[in-house]
Amino acid sequence: MTKVSSLTKPKKIDRGTLISIVLICAVYVLAFVLEQVMPSTSMLFTVLKKGATYALVAVSMNLLNGFTGLFSLGQAGFMLIGAYTYAIFTIPVAQRLSVYQYYNGGLVQFSLPVIVAVALAGLFAAFFAFLIGLPVLRLKSDYLAIATLGFAEIIRAIFQWDKIGILTNGSNLRLFPTFTDDFNIRDADGNVVLYLSTLVPFLITGVCVAFIVLLINSSYGRAFKAMRDDETAAEAMGINLARHKMLAFCTSSFFAGVGGAMLAMYANSVQAKSFTTAMTYEILLMVVIGGIGSVTGSVFSSFLFVACSEWWLRFLDQEQVWGGWKVPLLRNGFRLVVFSLIIMMVVLFFRKGIMGTRELPDLFRKRVKKTGKESAKR
Amino acid sequence: MFSTVLPYLLSGISVGGQYALIAIGYTMVYGILRLINFAHGDVFMVAGILMVYITANGAPLYVAIPLVLVVTAVIGFTIERVAYKPLRSAPRMSIMISAIGVSYTLQNLVLYITGGLNQFYPSIPFISETITIGGASTRMVTIVTPILTLVLVVLLVLLINHTKIGMAMRAVSKDFETSRLMGIKINSVISVTFVIGSFLAAVGSVLYFTNYTTVIQTSGNMPGLKAFVAAVFGGIGSVPGAVVGAFIIGICENLLKGLDTILIKAGISTSMFGFTTFSDAFTFALLIIILIVKPTGLFGEKQTEKV
Repeated sequence: MTKVSSLTKPKKIDRGTLISIVLICAVYVLAFVLEQVMPSTSMLFTVLKKGATYALVAVSMNLLNGFTGLFSLGQAGFMLIGAYTYAIFTIPVAQRLSVYQYYNGGLVQFSLPVIVAVALAGLFAAFFAFLIGLPVLRLKSDYLAIATLGFAEIIRAIFQWDKIGILTNGSNLRLFPTFTDDFNIRDADGNVVLYLSTLVPFLITGVCVAFIVLLINSSYGRAFKAMRDDETAAEAMGINLARHKMLAFCTSSFFAGVGGAMLAMYANSVQAKSFTTAMTYEILLMVVIGGIGSVTGSVFSSFLFVACSEWWLRFLDQEQVWGGWKVPLLRNGFRLVVFSLIIMMVVLFFRKGIMGTRELPDLFRKRVKKTGKESAKR
Repeated sequence: MFSTVLPYLLSGISVGGQYALIAIGYTMVYGILRLINFAHGDVFMVAGILMVYITANGAPLYVAIPLVLVVTAVIGFTIERVAYKPLRSAPRMSIMISAIGVSYTLQNLVLYITGGLNQFYPSIPFISETITIGGASTRMVTIVTPILTLVLVVLLVLLINHTKIGMAMRAVSKDFETSRLMGIKINSVISVTFVIGSFLAAVGSVLYFTNYTTVIQTSGNMPGLKAFVAAVFGGIGSVPGAVVGAFIIGICENLLKGLDTILIKAGISTSMFGFTTFSDAFTFALLIIILIVKPTGLFGEKQTEKV
């Protein structure tokens, strides 16, 4: 196929993509309908909201670790920046005095619309990523991992510093718009007419993930993959390593920042001490379970991970009696032990994770021979 | 002036020695496997928990301490066999993820066993005693740590330089494949490395927790990361480098913790600036500076990249 014909030929949407788009739309409609009919206190919505948040962060981490081959462990730091930016700019003016009670209402005396604040959260995270990336991206593999991890810790220390309490309120912020209730539409009497608090995180994640997928399928994405597979070869082919690494790093951090803002909305408060290395590790494990190099896998495994840890495996934390027989071992914390053992199994024996490097449309395509795989992807 | 600085300096030297004992485990494993053993800090923490449980079951200290050292070494050996050995031919990232998985597992396991509560470390006679040096009151462990650390390091360096297994270790860290061709049993060399590393971490844990008195499942995180930074600072793969790096980090960190007090007493500043918040961050700042200025660390060997 010559270049000209591929440019002039209108892009045909194949069966796999079509089915995937329909499926994704169906999931959104289902989420919307369920939210209207089920009580909003249901555990399902907690899982969906938190799952959507983590899905975005996991995909953003996968963009770096899976598609660009940059092993970065700074995700929690960028989420922290995003969460604080969002919270600082959206606390209603009327509430500022009560939130910043020891700081005379704080430094920022206005509040921005949620969507602007979320975008700002991403931008601030990306800006910090740019600054950090300048020195750090010169490092390779595990050195990069440890340096980004270090930066995340430094960021956390800065936000806990009491001298900037005028912004961070001694590292504790609350009373900003959250997923709990603030996105539901109410009528004049205060009754909810339309529940939207699950759909909103779904929409934010959907838009962001769609953007990441488009980026991965663009020429930039191909450059990222080339760098991942062989840096020297990629450089020889004319790819500007520094520029592309920086682009991937900033993009990933942007979405981590947005994810952080979503986490703030989910958790109802922001505290620097919760954005630890352990959080980054958890996200990394989600990426690994889903399959390093698969966006679909990251999304699936985030929901699965959150559902298991918040909901389905909860029973392991309580003592249970089945037919007069007291089940041994079950007590607080057992869930996490089982959970970590499952993760170790995945890491050791199913290294490809749930999806490997396949994406959703690949599941609906007819099996193609290995040699034809690349052409089928286009 | 000196009397204000002295207590911080002393605890810096003490903590530095404890970091050094952990850092050796990192640097040896990295030297041989090119793996940041993220679980090493947790092995250190597990050693602390073991001590708590063994003494709680009535074992006298002269039984408990050797038992802790041996069991920790066995744990290190087991982790390597179960979690790293199957991945020997896998990409480096997989092994690192496995290490993170082990760290996660150990922490959750300890959380389950302890119920997530602070465990009080048994006080060990002699090294828990309070003494006074130059007007600064401190524990005996402050004096014991650097001496014990240096003795162990000298022994280790002798082992590496003058025994057969030490020679094998050096060979494996120089060139993995060639040493295998030369008939060195890679797996046993790696196991010995993990056993030595875990053993030293256990010694470090006895000293460290005598100082800090409580153990919880996350206790290993920060000392682990700092010890790793120390290893990088001194030049990863080099045992003396790791020790020097650990002492520098321990001392700087503690001086920073006391900087507010020191500055106020010296009349340079009048208010608390909040340097303590940055005592952890400082370590990472140091790491980033050293990685950018001299990535091979103080004593590291320069490596050329092959295409």
